[in-house]
Amino acid sequence: MRERSDMELYRTMRLIRRFEERAIELVHAGEIVGGIHPYIGQEAIAAGVCAALRDDDVITSTHRGHGHVLAKGADPVRMLAELTGRATGLNRGRGGSMHAADFGKGIYGANGIVGAGGAIATGAAWAAVKEGSDRVAVSFFGDGAVSQGVLLETFNLAALWRLPVLFVCENNGYATTLTVAQSVAGSITGRAEAFGIPAVSVDGADAAAVLDAARDAVARGRAGGGPSFIEATAYRFDAHHTWEHKARVRYRSDEEVAAGRSRDPLDIHGVRLDEGVRAGIDADVEALMAEAVAFALDSPRPDPAGALDHLYATGMRGRNGIGLLDTAVR
Amino acid sequence: MARLSYLKALQRALADEMARDENVCVLGEDIGVAVNNVTTGLLAKHGPARVVDTPLSEQAFTSFATGAALAGLRPVIEFQIPSLLFLVFEQIANQAHKFSLMTGGQAKVPVTYFVPGSGSRSGWAGQHSDHPYGLFAHVGVKTVVPATPEDAYGLFLTAIRDDDPVVLFAPAGSLGVRGDVDMDALGPVPLGVGRVHREGTDVTVVAVGHLVQAALGVAEQLADQISVEVFDPRSLYPFDWAGLAASVNKTGRLVVVDDSNRMCGIAGEILATAAEEMRLTAPPKRVTRPDGAVLPFASELDLAVQPQQEQLLTAVQEVYKSSR
Repeated sequence: MRERSDMELYRTMRLIRRFEERAIELVHAGEIVGGIHPYIGQEAIAAGVCAALRDDDVITSTHRGHGHVLAKGADPVRMLAELTGRATGLNRGRGGSMHAADFGKGIYGANGIVGAGGAIATGAAWAAVKEGSDRVAVSFFGDGAVSQGVLLETFNLAALWRLPVLFVCENNGYATTLTVAQSVAGSITGRAEAFGIPAVSVDGADAAAVLDAARDAVARGRAGGGPSFIEATAYRFDAHHTWEHKARVRYRSDEEVAAGRSRDPLDIHGVRLDEGVRAGIDADVEALMAEAVAFALDSPRPDPAGALDHLYATGMRGRNGIGLLDTAVR
Repeated sequence: MARLSYLKALQRALADEMARDENVCVLGEDIGVAVNNVTTGLLAKHGPARVVDTPLSEQAFTSFATGAALAGLRPVIEFQIPSLLFLVFEQIANQAHKFSLMTGGQAKVPVTYFVPGSGSRSGWAGQHSDHPYGLFAHVGVKTVVPATPEDAYGLFLTAIRDDDPVVLFAPAGSLGVRGDVDMDALGPVPLGVGRVHREGTDVTVVAVGHLVQAALGVAEQLADQISVEVFDPRSLYPFDWAGLAASVNKTGRLVVVDDSNRMCGIAGEILATAAEEMRLTAPPKRVTRPDGAVLPFASELDLAVQPQQEQLLTAVQEVYKSSR
């Protein structure tokens, strides 16, 4: 059992790592427009938390969302097609990196506004309770989000109504370029504790430690024990956004980055596997990513005539502006 | 026929939908005791699991409703004050509204946001008296402003049943309106279908919300000089452009009366569309609040900023004269 879960945790992390590395290549090759927020270095958090979840549990994610979406079970092939803006993508090319979602897997989407997913996850948790289900919802967010008022309001609602929601704060040390020391008064877990939400801090570079904490929290939620909070600390290996690769913004010293990268979650967990097993997983992931890249680049681009499809769930259409969608100026 | 007030119509619509569909739930501040007289009796009937008195956390409970809607519920949120919609603009315009497109059609967000008492309520001053319907129409959130009891009932029903977010503004000036209504004929009113309250041949007056009553007053005052047609769009987005065109192409003259700020307001949009697409025989006019208005407290000042029946009457006369 433990061996199997160790393999799965590693496989998820390896998939996220290679997905991100291939995606960065595609950004630089001009195949992914707009860039991405790489999750490299934080893989153990998504892998550990999502390993404690079922398919019907719900997650909300962040602008740095690829790891969560993949760990919760989205197809990496269609995910990469989404990032490259293809019609075959998870969101039919309408969402891209910052909005990737798969509702069939309970993935209510990455989100472009910091802290916005908390209340959405909490509402989904409420719906589960009303339905009589023991589903839980997880809201991932970063250390920057704990300065958002709406998230603090949400802690209050979740605690007040004892809802089965798990708040996972990924403390990677930086809100874009602002350090935690520059942005957080008091402590991160103290925010949750103020609302009576049980909070723990874990090593976010250790997938097994994250999984243990997540299992406790999820069990509490399923049993009607209300919300939980996990602060998982890890180091963001890469840029806040691939834009930095060219902009060369300096806010971390080379020494700091090297020290951060020395605690690689794939190695920390990888040593728990037999070397041959690890190599086999690596090879599988490599093949899967090759397939994903080929599928994405071979997939058709969306038809511009459908730019406003899905704008309304009811199919309503407003008037066109004066652009490609108009055949003539009316 | 029975006498029905606008407020009772809202109350009845919500009660009927909650009885009909167990996925409908209502959230808001002080709704348990029904401070706005819309949620009356619902807590006793349906209990706190469906009638949720919320802490004063508008941003959180608005997105909370989005999450619940994504998971299959049909939340209705009451906002006590129209200006609270500014506070939750992110949660409605940038989150709830965008889920359908951003997810490529995977998600729907059937939430209804309603404000019982939008616009000026005399004496509520700068931060309680706005009418921000134009903002929602601009970003593409379905926006309705019923003017009569039967439309309040029908549009509230439609809003709750719609699979997209809908904002319903119930103007303070309309809440006391009563009408003789065939209760058996009450039913959903489709979005994007306007209503001609009074037919006329000389000037089309488009009136939004409570100003429909003012427009009917003007039409009556001018009855022996100018034949005024009163067009109530009922929903501002989607807007019944075909219905408006039918009226304007008949009269050739247009005046819009809209109790919101002039700059980038819905009245400007209506005038622009008429100028682009309809047969106008005279320059149109709009009667609105001034640019950038903040409602001042004192009654004289408050009234000085809102469109009045006299101003509308003058505008109709001017548009009528300018074409001859």
